[in-house]
Amino acid sequence: MVERRPWLNLISHGVLLLGVLTVAFPVYLTFVAASHTAEAIVQAPMPLLPGGHFWESIFTALGGQGTGPGSKAPVSQMLVVSLISALIIALAKISISLLSAFALVYFRFPFKQVFFWAIFVTLMLPVEVRISPTYKVVSDLGMLNTYAGLTIPLIASATATFLFRQFFLTVPDELVEAARMDGAGPMRFFKDVLLPLSTTSIAALFVIQFIYGWNQYLWPLLVTTDEKMYPIVLGIQRMISGGDAAQEWNLVMATALLAMLPPALVVVGMQRWFVKGLVDSEK
Amino acid sequence: MAAEKRVLFKSPWLPWLLLAPQVAVIAVFFFWPAGQALLQSLQQQDAFGTSVEWVGLENFQRLFNDPTYYQSFKTTAIFSVLVAVVGLSVSLLLAVMADRVVRGATFYKTLLIWPYAVAPAVAGVLWLFMFAPSIGVVAWYLRVAGFEWNHLLNGRHAMGLIVMAAVWKQLSYNFLFFLAGLQSIPKSLIEAAAIDGARPWRRFWTIIFPLLSPTSFFLLVINVVYVFLDTFAIVDSSTHGGPGKDTEILIYKLYTDFKNLDLGASAAQSVVLMVLVVLLTVVQFKYVERRVNY
Repeated sequence: MVERRPWLNLISHGVLLLGVLTVAFPVYLTFVAASHTAEAIVQAPMPLLPGGHFWESIFTALGGQGTGPGSKAPVSQMLVVSLISALIIALAKISISLLSAFALVYFRFPFKQVFFWAIFVTLMLPVEVRISPTYKVVSDLGMLNTYAGLTIPLIASATATFLFRQFFLTVPDELVEAARMDGAGPMRFFKDVLLPLSTTSIAALFVIQFIYGWNQYLWPLLVTTDEKMYPIVLGIQRMISGGDAAQEWNLVMATALLAMLPPALVVVGMQRWFVKGLVDSEK
Repeated sequence: MAAEKRVLFKSPWLPWLLLAPQVAVIAVFFFWPAGQALLQSLQQQDAFGTSVEWVGLENFQRLFNDPTYYQSFKTTAIFSVLVAVVGLSVSLLLAVMADRVVRGATFYKTLLIWPYAVAPAVAGVLWLFMFAPSIGVVAWYLRVAGFEWNHLLNGRHAMGLIVMAAVWKQLSYNFLFFLAGLQSIPKSLIEAAAIDGARPWRRFWTIIFPLLSPTSFFLLVINVVYVFLDTFAIVDSSTHGGPGKDTEILIYKLYTDFKNLDLGASAAQSVVLMVLVVLLTVVQFKYVERRVNY
């Protein structure tokens, strides 16, 4: 702040509060809807204050005991699928990227440039633009309705490799010299020097990739046909079918809350790394 | 990519071993399918996959003679412009305000960033729930206020709905980058201008806004790519491309044709989309790398 302008401060707080409230309103409404019975919501206008059926809706959804027209798969199962696939995507991407970034930065070998560009190209074309051939590969390999099919095609992108490469390039050369003088081989150097230095980058990337994995929609829509393999984000969609009034909106909204909660906790809980990861990985 | 370490390890086999997992994954799930998409775009396959025929550029000719494809292009363009303009203005306003306030800045920041965690598909459902003509509470109050909202019949309303959901979801991302951009502007510049008698409004337009141009440009590209790829889930969960084809964006059309087993057409669309996304990325790298300051 450069000078005192009480009025401008007041306006700033006003605008920010308005922004915060607008951003939060849809989620507040979701919470309210989950806390009423299906009948109460369908009677327009639905109540704007929370009711007393919140836990009931949550547990009915978790157990898959709804009676609506759409899918009745238990949401607890979907949460497990989402959690496992988001973790596989985040951890596998980080592991293979650490290794390949290490190879690209610390070794000289033939065709290095070719590999660099081959990995670089994958940054440009996410899975969305090549759904049909990727689907064919996955189905030929018999990976429909499996965790491998849900996750591996999404791991085939190089965002993480580039982040780690950028970071490794900033690590002082003296560290390698010192390690070599002490007789450490490349893997020893990787494990005892490089990995401990990279923990912040790893944490930052974990947040971004976990959310990316959790929020996938188009890809699971294609490769899962079995209710047991629906991630929760897709499961919500499957619960809705038929007209707006026929839905058990309380259960749909309870599921939506359950779908938002884990990634939101990760973002807010790991805010510092999240912001760093976001700003770094997009540079 | 000229950057290289002075000291390098030497091993005839270790680098290959280290690269193997990544190369295997991108070869099977990236290069193989991307090559297939190129091939398929030049072929015509019947719905049962029994016969394949080379047709050269016929799929592309068919695509570019298809009025619904142009319509889809236009829809995507309108959608992108609306999301970018509305989203960037609102988030810039919020970021400037958050940069100003001393007290509670962290509080506001925390409360503004969490929509980043919401899946686009969930965002679509939430906004659909508020605006559904029969049960939506916002639609109901709009009707009381004399505005007949019905995105199931009115294409403009449907577009409005997906724009709102897409902007809401992307707000935290834009906000964080604008805030980071604002915080990197040297305070001395602002103070100098203040001493010269420039008021906040004028300081914003003559100093802050021009210095933010790299961030704004970067965000513009990111938002357009976001609309092209990630908004599929929003459209699929709220309007399903309707009413009619009024919100059928390119990626949604690609998906529909794929589902209808029109593989040649969907492969040709894949190729067109790939070219568009690559162009956008190249533009972004070219300008963002240079860090333009006008």
